[in-house]
Amino acid sequence: MKEIPLIYEISNEDRDTISLPQDIEFFPQEELPKELLRKDLPLPQLSEVEVVRHFTNLSLRNFGIDLGFYPLGSCTMKYNPKINEELAHLPGFTKIHPYTPEDLSQGCLQIIYELEKLLCNITGMDRFTFQPSAGAHGELTGLLIIKAYLKDKGERRNTVLVPDSAHGTNPASAVMAGFKTIEIPSDERGLVNPNILKKYMNKDIAVLMLTNPNTLGLFERNIEEISEIVHREGALLYYDGANLNGIMGYARPGDMGFDVVHINLHKTFSTPHGGGGPGAGPVGVKEYLTHYLPKPLVDFDGEKYFLNYNIPKSIGRVRSFYGNFSVLLKALIYIKLMGEEGLRKSTEIAVLNANYLKEKLKDIFNLPYPSLCKHEFVLSGKKQKEKGVRVLDIAKRILDFGIHAPTISFPLIVEEALMIEPTETETKYTLDNFVSVLEKINREIEENVDIVKTAPHNTPIKRLDEVLAVKNLKVKWG
Amino acid sequence: MPYFPHTPKEIQEMLSFLNIETLEELFADIPESIREKARENFKLPKAKSEIEIFRELEEISNKNKGKDFISFLGGGAYNHYIPSVIKQIISYPTFYTSYTPYQPEVSQGFLQALFEYQSLICDLTGMEVANASLYEAGSGVAEASLMAYRINGKKDILISQGVHPEYREVLKTYLNGIELNYKEIPLNENGETDLKVIQEYLSNETSCLIIQNPNFFGVIESKIEYISELVHKNNSLFISIIYPISLGILKAPGEYNADIVVGEGQCLGSPLNFGGPYLGIFATKREFIRQIPGRLIGETRDMEGKRGFVSTLQTREQHIRRAKATSNICSNEALSALATAVYLSLLGRKGLKKVAELCYDRAHYARKKLLENIEDLEFPYPSYFFNEFVVKFKKPAKVVYEALKNKKILAGIPLNRFFPERDKELLLAFTEMNTKEEIDYLVKTIREVLK
Repeated sequence: MKEIPLIYEISNEDRDTISLPQDIEFFPQEELPKELLRKDLPLPQLSEVEVVRHFTNLSLRNFGIDLGFYPLGSCTMKYNPKINEELAHLPGFTKIHPYTPEDLSQGCLQIIYELEKLLCNITGMDRFTFQPSAGAHGELTGLLIIKAYLKDKGERRNTVLVPDSAHGTNPASAVMAGFKTIEIPSDERGLVNPNILKKYMNKDIAVLMLTNPNTLGLFERNIEEISEIVHREGALLYYDGANLNGIMGYARPGDMGFDVVHINLHKTFSTPHGGGGPGAGPVGVKEYLTHYLPKPLVDFDGEKYFLNYNIPKSIGRVRSFYGNFSVLLKALIYIKLMGEEGLRKSTEIAVLNANYLKEKLKDIFNLPYPSLCKHEFVLSGKKQKEKGVRVLDIAKRILDFGIHAPTISFPLIVEEALMIEPTETETKYTLDNFVSVLEKINREIEENVDIVKTAPHNTPIKRLDEVLAVKNLKVKWG
Repeated sequence: MPYFPHTPKEIQEMLSFLNIETLEELFADIPESIREKARENFKLPKAKSEIEIFRELEEISNKNKGKDFISFLGGGAYNHYIPSVIKQIISYPTFYTSYTPYQPEVSQGFLQALFEYQSLICDLTGMEVANASLYEAGSGVAEASLMAYRINGKKDILISQGVHPEYREVLKTYLNGIELNYKEIPLNENGETDLKVIQEYLSNETSCLIIQNPNFFGVIESKIEYISELVHKNNSLFISIIYPISLGILKAPGEYNADIVVGEGQCLGSPLNFGGPYLGIFATKREFIRQIPGRLIGETRDMEGKRGFVSTLQTREQHIRRAKATSNICSNEALSALATAVYLSLLGRKGLKKVAELCYDRAHYARKKLLENIEDLEFPYPSYFFNEFVVKFKKPAKVVYEALKNKKILAGIPLNRFFPERDKELLLAFTEMNTKEEIDYLVKTIREVLK
């Protein structure tokens, strides 16, 4: 396909802009001294139709869930119901300024309040803050809450434990919250082993961060013992909720002993991922930590909803305003549409889909952890690597079949990892088709390896050189 | 259930293939004690139909009565015009149902749009590098301070009291993590950051100075170029927080040698949405590119030599670098960045200048009318301003504010929301969405109220 020129390359400075009111009388430039004004504003100038065609053409070179299967592990790329979009665009929501007086923004406050109640029930936590705008933001918030709590108790604990299978955000957030991190190795089953954990526990450990089901898609079945070990030593247990889709209705983080959780609403609760965001990463805590939550919280006094700034030990704010409101709204609508039975069922079908695919694919690839999985599982391309094909090649070849590639090379503890999360919204037909695509690619590795190693072939562009991008670092036009 | 399309027969086939009989058996690895608690406590309302949900949500949205008011609210979020093109484009399903472009060959659309976004932000701010977005301005300010610390290793963060009070709160929260020192610089009687105090506070330990321009009170920091010079002479970094629309006419941070620029991009194409999602604009100098937080899109070539775009310098990021990453950020605000790329492309140089002039015009018209028509009010800050200013009454601002509310006017932000002692002042903002008639009505109503 031909390159699409950059907007700068089709700009023509003689073109006019969109129509705007003309009644300007108060901008005699003299009023502001010249030294406060800018000399030049080098933005491009295009007509409306050119802008529309440009971005419409770009959109045709992008893959989304609405085009096809998107089994990107740990990202829960489920279908995003359209009704969410339409309702989130109601002017009664979009036009509300965050500083609108409470009596004139009762609807927005009600949305946040209702969502909090539902999430408390789903997770078994007591209160939520909605400021965190993504999962990683939630992690930082949760860790700052834990830090403030420990400081209050007069304890100086400087270390965060994370399993070697953890998301990269876990250690990165820990460092931002001012902690050191220590990695604990997973055992041969891919789990946190209580006996190994015990060896790492001491008075310097502030918190153990766990994803459950973990990034291998395995439920940490020793979670009760883990919780006991951690708490006995005076440390806390943090729940990375990226994988909540694997346990809804079957296990609640609060019941498992977690003190702080974050949830990725854009994953489990179907809000669109928007090409990388906006998401939302609300943080829930147990009762004894509620005084540390960011302020304000939304409360109800029996007649009206209000912003409660009276949170005595609050860590402060982690962003301006109250959070990614329209994401919260979409998540609430989704929960209302699904109801109790629907959410439980979505977890069941997500887990059914994952186990079905795992069993179908385990003969083609290596399956390092062959137990029952939850919403996702991890294969290894070790056998394929021996034939000179890397997991990256396989991922690129998958793209040729109109399917997005799984997450690759993560988690780090699996050699040549392919992390596959089908979600519940995919039919058996889609899964069977995916299996036959992988079978075909596996045959190609035997018979026509070049087609895999030079993939993709059917995409708008051929394989891109990421090393060159770093070498000739060019991050803007011109 | 519409969102899991399986037929009972298919479910049965899949279960048989797995050699199990019920879906529940798929959860046998979860200890029974935990499952039992979930059975007891996982209690949610029953599912509702789309028709019921529509009715319910429309009702809830109608409780937001503020939607029908004439609004002069600002303070970091502004009611600007959003051309219809934007909503259309960000609603293309291939854009909004995609995720982080981990597979660039099928993400060229978004990657190119983000590359264009970065370029447009560089042009707007006069800077050399912009990232592909942060969450919003407050956390952006915090990330900028952490970046300054990474660059020079100094521990004092100086911030003007002209910076939005919520951004300052966010910064304080973040600084409890890495444990840097937080010091505020007061404003002088003109509402500008006090030069004398800056000179007094600058020291060997100063990592950076953060100034917002125009500041939270709407005042243009007229000495910003000089302040930047002072900061650089002290071997510290200068961080500027911008209101992007104002850069249609006001001097760009690149022109006064800012090192890091942070801005709230909501005004460039995102609705007010009760505070989010917004857009954290983040730009810096090329020399600091390896310290930048968040995603960065770069140009490259494919195997056939064609131009293409990829995420680059990924070794700064958490998924590669883990504990040593420049930030923990993963999901960002890509869709808002796309909206902004479309907005700036559509308005261009001429349009953005015009919008800025309209904002300036409305605010100056309002100030003149208030001055001419009302005696019992003053403007505490005589300095230059862009589209926002403070008015002070002789009586509590709450009285005026409530009376105007009864006339369906939202007269800005009562300053005691942030500063309890400032109970006689309102912060009024004006944009191209405010007509002169609305402003006349505001002035007339204030006059009546004060009688």
